[in-house]
Amino acid sequence: MSLILTKNDIGKLEEIISDQLLDSGAEHVVLTDLSGNLIMERGSLQMEDIFSLAAVSAANFAATAEIARLIGEDDFALLYHKGGRRNVHFSRLAKDYLIITLFNDNVSLGLIRLKIGSAIHAMSAIFEQHKGAGPWRS
Amino acid sequence: MAFIDLSKNEIQAKIVYYGPGRGGKTTNLLYVHESMSKQVCGKMVTIDTKGDRTLFFDFLPLNIGKVMNMTIRIQLYTVPGQVMYNATRKLVLRGVDGIVFVADSLKVQKNKNIESLQNLAENLNDEGLAISQVPLVLQYNKRDLMESNIPLLPVAELEADLNEGLKVPAFEASATIGDGVYETLREISKRTVKNVIRKVGGQITC
Ligand SMILES: Nc1nc2c(ncn2[C@@H]2O[C@H](COP(=O)(O)OP(=O)(O)O)[C@@H](O)[C@H]2O)c(=O)[nH]1
Ligand SMILES: [Mg+2]
Repeated sequence: MSLILTKNDIGKLEEIISDQLLDSGAEHVVLTDLSGNLIMERGSLQMEDIFSLAAVSAANFAATAEIARLIGEDDFALLYHKGGRRNVHFSRLAKDYLIITLFNDNVSLGLIRLKIGSAIHAMSAIFEQHKGAGPWRS
Repeated sequence: MAFIDLSKNEIQAKIVYYGPGRGGKTTNLLYVHESMSKQVCGKMVTIDTKGDRTLFFDFLPLNIGKVMNMTIRIQLYTVPGQVMYNATRKLVLRGVDGIVFVADSLKVQKNKNIESLQNLAENLNDEGLAISQVPLVLQYNKRDLMESNIPLLPVAELEADLNEGLKVPAFEASATIGDGVYETLREISKRTVKNVIRKVGGQITC
């Protein structure tokens, strides 16, 4: 089953990322699917290895979900790594997607989580509507 | 699960190299990484143990150019071959669009090849896929050892063991020197992209 996004969808996602997350102080936002494909990235960082980031994040997310299952949890509510200069937050988006948010200590984790929550809410509709095969034009 | 971005006219698909441990999956990716220009392939990521064994996966992103006006990006993955790592194999297989099965030509690996192919079929089944539904090619690796004294499985025997039911393209290879690596990659890429386009019901005008 493939995901197909049109220019219009990408535009809407871009707007949500920019209004909800980048304007609130996130440095960079990356959307992937759970098989590791990069859907889009927006933000102020120059990331050369963005495809690797997408792939390893999806794998890490899947492995963490498996840990949750093994200890009898459905999912962990918070997936977050704190670095020296930069932090990264992972969250599931709709059923099969992942939103990765990079931010620094100029913004609080609480605010970022709040904004990610509303971004996910707004984005879910776009992903649900495009699930599965659809007409394809080049 | 391929991703198609119509704003960039881009298709992304996932190809997994599967097979018994030590068969040469990582070596295939290393050869591609070392021999391709930086414009075509990105950085290779390897998550391994202290030894050279793949713990989780290797990953290599490729931009293989245009097909029917669409830019094609292929993400290559390998799985750990050791029997105990089945949980990680299943994670890596998630959303797969095409598979290369790398068989080890060493005679002593005969059963390992057969078991690994069966394990692939089972894991795909758990994902709701029949092995015959997924684009697949076989690679009979380490053919260079013909020149040594090490006993190898003849290609006919590998065919009988692994490909009798599947009847998919099979390539002889020596991944360490690169023989057959690109032939394998080209065939699986072609089949994978074709299948992605077919599944999304594309009418293509070139
Ligand atoms: N002679 C020979 N050795 C190979 C070939 N391909 C891989 N090897 C060797 O086999 C070992 C295992 O290879 P590796 O790629 O790590 O196997 P993997 O477990 O399938 O990823 C390494 O020592 C490789 O150098 C080949 O075509 N010929
Ligand atoms: Mg390996």
